[in-house]
Amino acid sequence: MQNVTEKKEFTPNIVAFCCNWCSYAGADLAGSSRLSYPANVKIIRVPCSCRVNPSFILKAYQQGADGVILCGCHPGDCHYVTGNYYTRRRMSLLFSFLNYMGIEKERTRVEWVSAAEGARFSAVMNDFVQKITELGENKRLTDLRVKEGE
Amino acid sequence: MFKIAKERLNELYSKIAETFGLFIPIKKGGEVNYHVWGEGKEVSLETLKTVKSPKNAFFPQSENLMKFKTEGKNLEIIDVRWDKTEKPFVMFGVKACDYKAIEVLDKVFLADPVDTYYQSRREATTIVTLACSRPEESCFCNAFGIDATAPQGDVTTWLDGENLYWQANTQKGEALTAAVKELLTEGGEEKVEAQKASTKAIMEKLPFASLDLSRFKPENLNELFEDPAWESMSEACLGCGTCTFVCPTCQCFDIRDFKTNEGVIRYRCWDSCMYSDFTLMAHGNSRTTQMQRFRQRFMHKLVYYPSQNDGLYSCVGCGRCVNKCPQKLNIVKVIKTLGGKNND
Amino acid sequence: MRDVELKMKERASELLKSGEVARVIGWKKGEFYHDPQPASFESVEELNAFVYNGFCGANLSKYLIQMSKKEGKTAIFLKPCDSYSFNQLVKEHRIVRENIHVIAIECQGKLDIEKIKAKGFDFVTEVEENGDEIAVASLYGNGAVQKDEVLLGKCETCKGKVHQVKDEEIILHEMQAGKKNRFEEVEKLEAMTEDERFAFWREQLQKCIRCNACRNVCPACSCLKCVFDNPASGIAAKANDDKFEEQLFHIIRAFHVSGRCTDCGECSRVCPQNIPLHLLNRKFIKDIDGLYGEYQAGETAEGKTPLTSYTEGDAEPNDVVNGEVR
Repeated sequence: MQNVTEKKEFTPNIVAFCCNWCSYAGADLAGSSRLSYPANVKIIRVPCSCRVNPSFILKAYQQGADGVILCGCHPGDCHYVTGNYYTRRRMSLLFSFLNYMGIEKERTRVEWVSAAEGARFSAVMNDFVQKITELGENKRLTDLRVKEGE
Repeated sequence: MFKIAKERLNELYSKIAETFGLFIPIKKGGEVNYHVWGEGKEVSLETLKTVKSPKNAFFPQSENLMKFKTEGKNLEIIDVRWDKTEKPFVMFGVKACDYKAIEVLDKVFLADPVDTYYQSRREATTIVTLACSRPEESCFCNAFGIDATAPQGDVTTWLDGENLYWQANTQKGEALTAAVKELLTEGGEEKVEAQKASTKAIMEKLPFASLDLSRFKPENLNELFEDPAWESMSEACLGCGTCTFVCPTCQCFDIRDFKTNEGVIRYRCWDSCMYSDFTLMAHGNSRTTQMQRFRQRFMHKLVYYPSQNDGLYSCVGCGRCVNKCPQKLNIVKVIKTLGGKNND
Repeated sequence: MRDVELKMKERASELLKSGEVARVIGWKKGEFYHDPQPASFESVEELNAFVYNGFCGANLSKYLIQMSKKEGKTAIFLKPCDSYSFNQLVKEHRIVRENIHVIAIECQGKLDIEKIKAKGFDFVTEVEENGDEIAVASLYGNGAVQKDEVLLGKCETCKGKVHQVKDEEIILHEMQAGKKNRFEEVEKLEAMTEDERFAFWREQLQKCIRCNACRNVCPACSCLKCVFDNPASGIAAKANDDKFEEQLFHIIRAFHVSGRCTDCGECSRVCPQNIPLHLLNRKFIKDIDGLYGEYQAGETAEGKTPLTSYTEGDAEPNDVVNGEVR
């Protein structure tokens, strides 16, 4: 058990929803190119960025995520032709809405990363983790029960 | 009988709060509900009907029952029941109908097998009731034989423009009186009698004062159950849980598990017979239409419950459902349609 | 209003008598003047209880999901704002248009009994509508209130008095649109800091008792099985055990109806705790208007919605701040 008085350094929990056809392969490429990205990014593979229902994002926050990032193919390059265009509209509205409810705007992000952009994937994740670390713990969209006993 | 000037009520609350957790109607976010008192909170004793009833204090909308902690293959069960060493609490300003409702709940939760979660809270509570002086058109407690001008409780109080009058009824009430004695002065009997008389005169004019409940008897159960009127009465019902959640006597709950990072929290929360997943079992649901769910609620209040509890109805006429139903359906309409011949 | 009621009753009676329709959906007398309830009438005799007055605020269109699938035609009385919901339901194939006869009715704004009671008339025995003035008789005194002060929240910002759909109409007097700008309150919130907004919604949503009245009354919430009623969805929760759950429910609900919400205002009307739920939906409407062009759900029964269409030049989510491109 950790001593509660001891100050824990904050390492954020990051959930990344990655499209199977681009950014998920991009993460792979980053790995095989020996480019590092923080280990606290947990990747969840989805068939297309537009598979991500807002409830997935909220559920991630409920379970203790400090930041959620959604990666898809560049607009125009969707494996299913138009999926990411819908993602773009949905997320624009959702992020603006979360902010309207007082949730920090920077906690949630969308990035377009192709399968060939291993370096970009690594850079995006590093940048996002740094931003969330600066922002601090997610206190507004978390379920207090999850952290019981911590 | 004792009294305390209205301007000094804050001192009274603060005195009570020294030894008790004080639950009292407080305005928060524009609505009045029972909350824990604290300095600077906007107390509203004059509010006739809090949105949620005081049952919330004994039977909270959501309550943890136990926790499971897992570590490797070990499972630890943690008791999270209300700790008896914690401060006891006082419910202040409970109206006659809501007090009667607690009696209805007691018969459910304190009957064998005793619900120890409810019991520990109930035993730790001193209830201070407040007589009504300004009933409104949706009130019909008198149809159930409740006297809104002289509620029971550990302490009964009356409020007028100048004073709060105080009378202890039980040992618990005497103990509370002793704790705040320095703030109270003797007197006030005539004022209270006068208020009782004037309120009684108003009560007689309540539009639902003489509802005929004579048909709601165990022997009429089948006949009432089969009545074709349920179909038309329930037609506009949305299937929301407003009536059940504002009701002071509704007592159904659901038990669910919530997964945390370390294990599981088992909690119970209010359930509503109006919901499609109420009493959902592996085979499906026993009530598949809204009419059946609607019927269940009123049959429970007016027939099933009384048939098991010596004729005590589990409606106390508080009128919350009359005010709050989105589509203006309510128990009064059911009573008028099915209750008996003298309802027109 | 009395003349409108009589005309409606007369027309309903004709339709039922001639057999043109099998039922009429309207309002039935309640226990008081101020609590009429939605009802369907299948015979001329039943129409004795028919009523239409300033307290008929309910949007009847959602009842058609069930009613329009019954045998025979269903006639329904729709106020201008309800007609948007009707179109939206047709668009989503939730109701059978051919089985419905729409009677567009006059609406001069509906009243909120809670606002009347809050003016000191808390034992209302009678209410009389005289144009802009409402005479109230109560056990604790009689008096009059200005109609403007006791309108339902949704009527203060009435979108306009034009029916978007009708088969016939009963409109005897000129109708006025609402006096307030419907985005005013949203803008006020937008102007606050993040912390203030969070505090505002915390206080409001803390009151939520999860009765689901907002969901069940909403014409856009027409899923056969809601995720919140489905234990297998992973997000179903019956209680507000934690601040998160209140938010989860309301965020998901508001998002799910975005682009489909006609702003009929029923959610706020029915909330037992008076949470200003319409401000959630209006934020989406405002953002959609700003980002993807003016759009009013339910204006027509055809075409795509903002969330089922796109353009290649749409704004990037990371650049959108407060509904505007940074």
